[in-house]
Amino acid sequence: MEKRVTFKGWLLPLCLIAPQVFISAVFFFYPAGQAVWQSLFIPDPFGLSSQFVGLENFEYLLGDPYYRASFVTTAIFSTLVTLAAMIPALFLAVMADRLVKSARVYRTLLIWPYAVAPAVAGVLWLFMFNTRVGVIAWYLGQLGYDWNHVLNEGEAMGLVVVASAWGRISYNFLFFFAALQAVPRSIIEAAAIDGARFWRRFFTIVLPLLSPITFFLLVVNIVYAFFETFGVIHTITSGGPQQATTILVYKVFSDGFVGQDLGSSAAQSVILLLLVGLLTVLQFKYIEKRVHY
Amino acid sequence: MATVELDDIRKSFGPTEVIKGVSVDVADGEFIVIVGPSGCGKSTLLRMVAGLETITEGELRIGGTRVNAREPMDRDIAMVFQNYALYPHMSVAQNMGYGLRIKGLPKPEIAAKVQEAAELLQLTDFLDRKPRQLSGGQRQRVAMGRAIVREPSVFLFDEPLSNLDAKLRVQMRLEIRELQAKLGITSLYVTHDQVEAMTMADRMIVMNEGRVEQIGTPLDVYERPESLFAAQFIGSPSMNILAVEGREDGLHLDAMILPNPTGVSGPVMLGLRPEHLSPDPGGPIAMKVLLSEPLGANTLLHGKLAGGQSFTASLPGVHRADHRDEPLRLSILPENMHVFDRDTERRVG
Repeated sequence: MEKRVTFKGWLLPLCLIAPQVFISAVFFFYPAGQAVWQSLFIPDPFGLSSQFVGLENFEYLLGDPYYRASFVTTAIFSTLVTLAAMIPALFLAVMADRLVKSARVYRTLLIWPYAVAPAVAGVLWLFMFNTRVGVIAWYLGQLGYDWNHVLNEGEAMGLVVVASAWGRISYNFLFFFAALQAVPRSIIEAAAIDGARFWRRFFTIVLPLLSPITFFLLVVNIVYAFFETFGVIHTITSGGPQQATTILVYKVFSDGFVGQDLGSSAAQSVILLLLVGLLTVLQFKYIEKRVHY
Repeated sequence: MATVELDDIRKSFGPTEVIKGVSVDVADGEFIVIVGPSGCGKSTLLRMVAGLETITEGELRIGGTRVNAREPMDRDIAMVFQNYALYPHMSVAQNMGYGLRIKGLPKPEIAAKVQEAAELLQLTDFLDRKPRQLSGGQRQRVAMGRAIVREPSVFLFDEPLSNLDAKLRVQMRLEIRELQAKLGITSLYVTHDQVEAMTMADRMIVMNEGRVEQIGTPLDVYERPESLFAAQFIGSPSMNILAVEGREDGLHLDAMILPNPTGVSGPVMLGLRPEHLSPDPGGPIAMKVLLSEPLGANTLLHGKLAGGQSFTASLPGVHRADHRDEPLRLSILPENMHVFDRDTERRVG
């Protein structure tokens, strides 16, 4: 049965939603509108005037090999970040769930990295992997591996992925841990009596029961990898070497604010906006079907 | 099929002992009901047999083999849980076949066994459904089916009917009993419901505070309760307990003198079942009736004795509480009187 709260007049409900509408309007609708508007213009090199060009910005982007390469980079980067953030989190949550005595200590410690801001996390990892003074880079050197993410594209990607995923593991851990705690004990016991040992139980019983939360985290982590990893990339690689870590969001920044091509930057923002819209629609469609098993 | 032997089984959580030495030999194919109030340790005891709780002390043997240290899966048991514990993401057939799948049986064989169990439990129409699409009684049957297909030596039931409504409970009670008789599998059944215990058990174990109060057939326990607790726990309405004084001429309670069948002397506890009292103008018990509950076939009369003790009598037929001023006089046969020691609370004589 659906529960509906009914109001007599219009004034009270309007007042209640006004703050949210106001915030959305100022911080979302207005800038989004500006972006759409700007994407139709090309400014002159001094930024003094701009010329209406219709969809030319978009046309140019879709034909630009750098922009298409950035799409591929984003796909690789977000896949790796999502996997690197979710699989260790699930593993840690399963281990913490097995503990009886010190579960709280581990839980608290495992949540801490989430409190570190992305840019700061980026600097931390950058420092550890710094080619000249980094501890880990030094040890790798001792092992005979010459680490240099400033020059090596694969190493640069690896480093930004690890730095981006690190704090996220905490976030995912929290959700997985809570979901694991919510799995009824008796179902696990029934499976144990049915003869399934720990990992068998995990893959046939526990993991399917975690599927709604896993899907939720999948979407949230992809969105994170797309949009919130800017700070990490900016501090560690600035999109380099050779655009190897220039994800779409970073390209919006570097084309717009470094390259001063505001029209192209705005057009890229609009494309990202559409992409988010698509992701959201997908999420809701799928979640509605899968939330109940 | 196997015997189950519990030899001085004990369980402690830290310094607190919750199971204080339980010994019982369950014969092959026997249906044993463990009954007691909440927190008496009955479920813990069952879970120890299942291997879901460790055994602190004592020995557990299934089919003559010591199984204390074995994992649940290696004990050849099946368990039916109170909340059914069905796997929500699997169909009924998958739920029932899960244990066989783990064992690595070929698919056609699993399907055949599931089909067989489903027919036995009238579940054939529901094999493709998910647990959430079933009613409580059907879920209960699936849980039973999951236990049956594995052909275990021992069935363990942990309050399997307490989530069902009263009518369904009566029906499932019969079904479980019939099924068990048909399959002949040794069963341990935990419940707090004394009616279930009375109707289903070959023998029942009455537990209280981690101890066994009495082990015996339901009628044994009813007719000859070994302890004050067993006497009060089994039977409805529960037994009247009176503190009386044993003398040569009978049991004295204030001015009342009752026969003294066992010839005890000194202070003892006397137990009288409400349904064993009969109206008798010359009877020794005088009860002032305060309330009557007509149930049709019989009437419950609640009142007080001369000394202020609460007293209940269950008389056949309809009885009106029209004894407002005049006390109702009752008598009881000496063989229906139960005498317990006041300190040990064990049966005397």
